[in-house]
Amino acid sequence: MRTWKFGDNIDTDAIIPGRYLVYNDPRVLSSHAFEGTRNDFAKGVSPGDVIIAGRNFGCGSSREHAPLALAGAGVRFIVAKSFARIFYRNAVNVGMLPLVCPDTGSIPDGEECTVDLEKRRIVCQGRSYAIEPVPDFLLRIADAGGLIAYARNLSGVETCTGSQR
Amino acid sequence: MGATIVEKIFSSRCGHSVRAGEVVMAPVDGAMIHDITGPLAIRNFFEMGGTNVFDPDKIILLFDHQIPADSIDAAENHVFMRKFARDQGIHNYDIREGICHQVVLEKGRAAPGDIIVGADSHTCMYGSVGAFATGIGSTDMGFVLKFGALYFRVPETIRTEVSGAFPWRVGAKDLILSIAKDIGADGATYQAIEFTGETFSSMSMNGRMTCCNMAIEMGAKTGIVPPDDITYEYMQKRRQSHTVSIASDPDACYADRREYGVTDLSPQVAVPHNVDLAVDVEKVAGTPVDQVFIGSCTNGRFEDLAEAAEVLGDKKFNESIRVIIIPASRDEYLKSLQAGLIERFVKAGALVEAPCCGPCMGGAFGLLAPGEVSLSTSNRNFRGRQGSAEASVYLCSPATAAASALYGEITDPREV
Repeated sequence: MRTWKFGDNIDTDAIIPGRYLVYNDPRVLSSHAFEGTRNDFAKGVSPGDVIIAGRNFGCGSSREHAPLALAGAGVRFIVAKSFARIFYRNAVNVGMLPLVCPDTGSIPDGEECTVDLEKRRIVCQGRSYAIEPVPDFLLRIADAGGLIAYARNLSGVETCTGSQR
Repeated sequence: MGATIVEKIFSSRCGHSVRAGEVVMAPVDGAMIHDITGPLAIRNFFEMGGTNVFDPDKIILLFDHQIPADSIDAAENHVFMRKFARDQGIHNYDIREGICHQVVLEKGRAAPGDIIVGADSHTCMYGSVGAFATGIGSTDMGFVLKFGALYFRVPETIRTEVSGAFPWRVGAKDLILSIAKDIGADGATYQAIEFTGETFSSMSMNGRMTCCNMAIEMGAKTGIVPPDDITYEYMQKRRQSHTVSIASDPDACYADRREYGVTDLSPQVAVPHNVDLAVDVEKVAGTPVDQVFIGSCTNGRFEDLAEAAEVLGDKKFNESIRVIIIPASRDEYLKSLQAGLIERFVKAGALVEAPCCGPCMGGAFGLLAPGEVSLSTSNRNFRGRQGSAEASVYLCSPATAAASALYGEITDPREV
């Protein structure tokens, strides 16, 4: 479980370039993750590895191919100072957990680390970094394994109008 | 305390008062899918146990990113979506009409007060008609296709008030690039940006679309212009009985208020590799370019092409560079054709392509080699956006793009 460290404003074109959007298979997408911007990632990443980033991770396109490319590589946790809105939702929806941590700047690249959700912290080289709580309804989706698994068990939804569909 | 226009839209659709910060499961009035994000959304819909979509008449389905199919994989995606449209009774615009966002507005599929979602980040463009519209991913879209509703966190609003009249050859694109620079690439994350003030009151629908389109480049959930007579005139031609009057209350609670003036605004250019890196054109004038692209959902309408043609005059584009011009839709193409713009562009040496996303998509065609430089009227200049990660993309208005295409280097349109 090593860390892969990135900077601020990592956009969805960097995570998965537009020319690969024709593919939908997470394994195929993961083989092109960060192609051109961090070429050692796709070959070097192992299941359980953790992405560490600065502000506004996942900005840009709504392409779900971006979180899928990371999920396909076996990444479950992305720890960043902040996330772009659509990417954040997409990551939860495909079963990953984006975690907000104000101190990602001090977390080193390429080091062993563990994410402790219960204690809300990430531990790396003996140092502990606090992570912010995840909203309950998002945790329920993530715990189900993503929105698909969550929605499969719903026969309808209660909208704010009160009507059952 | 009063409510913002966005709070009012959610309150109206929910039937009771909701406020910024609340999470609601709201019904949607329209859902758009295209050839890139659609196949995944449809698969997710089926995986969720979906059999019939919530309402075929509320789904907008078309192809615009990879058309005509540029690979066998793309062709297969199109076949898959065509079959879905047929099976579900959804009208399919297929490859005929143009870029999704332009088509949604043109066909009257978004109206003041609506809640619209699209599986594309620039869905926020429909705020130009006073709708609440936001981009979502394919799994969220699968959920919408099945249930006709989605979780929304009602966003806080940043109110921008813009005053003054644009100087010669300066316009909406220059304004929104300067606002993006001020607010920053993540300055409006999870918030709505409301565009108001005399500059917006007198701005055409074209300019409003350009500005709302780029709200996402500041991380915003949507950009929105309160509907007025200009909006209603646009809607009347497209959809009957839609004069919903909706605006923020004077005492609405805003996350922030910002004021801008355009009287002294210079043409803006966003330099690589972030949209919020706008500078006055003077600062980068003389930078050599290899390709100029005029088009996209941001700036591919008739008014944009007319702006470029006015700068072009009867001159020729510089032969040392490629100039690619793509109208945003079939309607905009026809208007440009009838006005003689297309003939002028072709005579000047441009490649005019059929309506589609083109080089902005970074996959279909018009890609850049390592070291090349593109000047583009589109919305993103991220590293690798238009091809090689070693290439550079600059963003600007149609006027600046046309002026630069004449000289093969970034050029101030006021100097031409």
